Amino acid sequence: MTSVVGRIVARPWIWSFAGALLVWLAAILFTRGHGAGGMLTAALSLAVFTVVVGVGQMFVITLGPGNVDLSLPANIGLASAVAMTVMDGDDGRVALGLLAALACGFTVGVVNYLLIRALRIPPIIATLSASFVIQSIDISYGRGLQIKPPPGFADFTNIQLFGIPILAILTVAFTVGAGVVLQRTVYGRSVLAIGQNMRAARLAGIRVGWVRFATYALSGTLGGLDGALLAGYFRGANVDIGNEYLLASIAVVVIGGTSVAGGKANVPGIWGAALFLVLLLTMLNTFGVSAGVRLVLTGVIIVAVITAAGGQKALR
Amino acid sequence: MAVPIAASPPASQAPGRLDLRRLLRALLPALSLALVLLAIAWLNPRAISYFGFTLMLNLAIPIALATIAQMFVIAGNDLDLSIGAFVGFVGCVAATWLRETPLIGVLVLLGCIAVYAALGALIHLRNLPSIVVTLGMSFVWQGLAILLLPKPGGKAPDWLLAIMGVKPPFIPFPILAALVIAVVAYVGLMRTSYGTILRGSGGNAVAIGRAGWSLLKAKMALFACTGLFGVLSGLALIGITTSADANIGNGYTLLSIAGVILGGGEFVGGRVSPIGAVIGALTLALAASPLLTFMRIPPDWQVAANGAILIVVLAARVLISRKDVER
Repeated sequence: MTSVVGRIVARPWIWSFAGALLVWLAAILFTRGHGAGGMLTAALSLAVFTVVVGVGQMFVITLGPGNVDLSLPANIGLASAVAMTVMDGDDGRVALGLLAALACGFTVGVVNYLLIRALRIPPIIATLSASFVIQSIDISYGRGLQIKPPPGFADFTNIQLFGIPILAILTVAFTVGAGVVLQRTVYGRSVLAIGQNMRAARLAGIRVGWVRFATYALSGTLGGLDGALLAGYFRGANVDIGNEYLLASIAVVVIGGTSVAGGKANVPGIWGAALFLVLLLTMLNTFGVSAGVRLVLTGVIIVAVITAAGGQKALR
Repeated sequence: MAVPIAASPPASQAPGRLDLRRLLRALLPALSLALVLLAIAWLNPRAISYFGFTLMLNLAIPIALATIAQMFVIAGNDLDLSIGAFVGFVGCVAATWLRETPLIGVLVLLGCIAVYAALGALIHLRNLPSIVVTLGMSFVWQGLAILLLPKPGGKAPDWLLAIMGVKPPFIPFPILAALVIAVVAYVGLMRTSYGTILRGSGGNAVAIGRAGWSLLKAKMALFACTGLFGVLSGLALIGITTSADANIGNGYTLLSIAGVILGGGEFVGGRVSPIGAVIGALTLALAASPLLTFMRIPPDWQVAANGAILIVVLAARVLISRKDVER
């Protein structure tokens, strides 16, 4: 029995779920049980958007030190505008719009990798420079864009089954798939191997270039998907729609137990961390604190959680 | 993220060629600045004057200071994603407390530097990723700034306005300020023995540790320097804008990173260049708005211009040091 407990406690992702539970309980305690279920439903629907980009960011971060995708916010903003323009408020064009958003995100990912490859610069700077350019494209293309999402698509992002948003169920399935890809496919194992030791991975015959290309393209594509979904959920595209996902995508990956040093990823932790962050905001909102206090507490708690979780020594 | 990468190219192979490459590399930031200046001179010759430079480069002072702040953490293989929010918070302190109750204002600003040193200690002791810690801190600074100054306003202290409004003879103030900043940072980090230790802690932490130096102290010193220059950046910014806003420094995080890299710095290995960083900041400040205004490029594309300049300069760097070690 103790060994079972020990094994559960030893899982790094358990802490993020425990944190989410704790924050939720604190919020319910404050409201004396009112809206406990609604809070979870809302948290699930909002966590979805963080999880989708979090998975992409996790694959990128797992590639090793210095690998991070800073272009996600700009990418999400542009994709949301592209999706809304292509859909043009017409239910029949939803698939086309989603495809356009995915293609837009994919292109961003490809450009990111080409910059990394051609300029041989750290991914942080490559994705940063790319995000400057993407942001400008988005500002000039998407400014004043007043296109509402097609009603069917907007409803779809809000449907609930027994209080659980459909989008959350689909995203759970997606994360299970991502876990299988990470642990059971050649591609996933290659990502882990590269993160542990790029030289060794190359000498072992892994096509490092292709794997990195695929990973940045994947992260970009997921950013594009997220942009379309966000535009549906919030009923319209917006240049700033992705801004909070720079911190969120990195934070959920790290809080969820993925090593920043690379080579060690954790898929379930992303869900726990995303729920934790969303519920944390919900809790602070229920407490009725001002925007300033909320920001300060969010920051302090993130730093505290990272400190408590501790950094692992790099694997070398 | 302490990753000892033994990537310094063997110096003995071809000294002549390597020196030429190094020289070109070192000159690259200056060349890009010269190019931007030439473009401005060609588009609008009247801009190249005492008042033209004073106007065009005014906002370059806080950007240069923020870039130097960022350079210190990058020298230690870290990254500060909170510098923009921090500059904004310092600005809010400067426009409120520093004017009304100078003693409290000064104490708060000194406390900020202490917080930075403590962050360095935390990151070192718990081996935390600086990206996440500083991202979290950016929320804290932003929140504090909003608490202090919910609406844009406040007023800069008179002495600050006086300093930033100085009109020295012949040389425009921003250029003089940039020179002073560059020289101070250069001497401090590149020419003192402890500066070498600090860069070494980024280049090869294990070696510095084995040599008996405290890596904890080095990390704290680097972060404290970042805090100090962040404070200076916020003060300079408020001295120019005269009033503050909680979001005033938000663009500085990315600008400062871009400036360091543009100036020849690298993310790993403690390779940074203070003079290059200041030049990089000036280039970005000039390219961001005056150049584009003269070229009649709409403001929408200003951010893109920053990105494009970064990409072009980095591409040039690749061409120059083609045979450098593969990443």
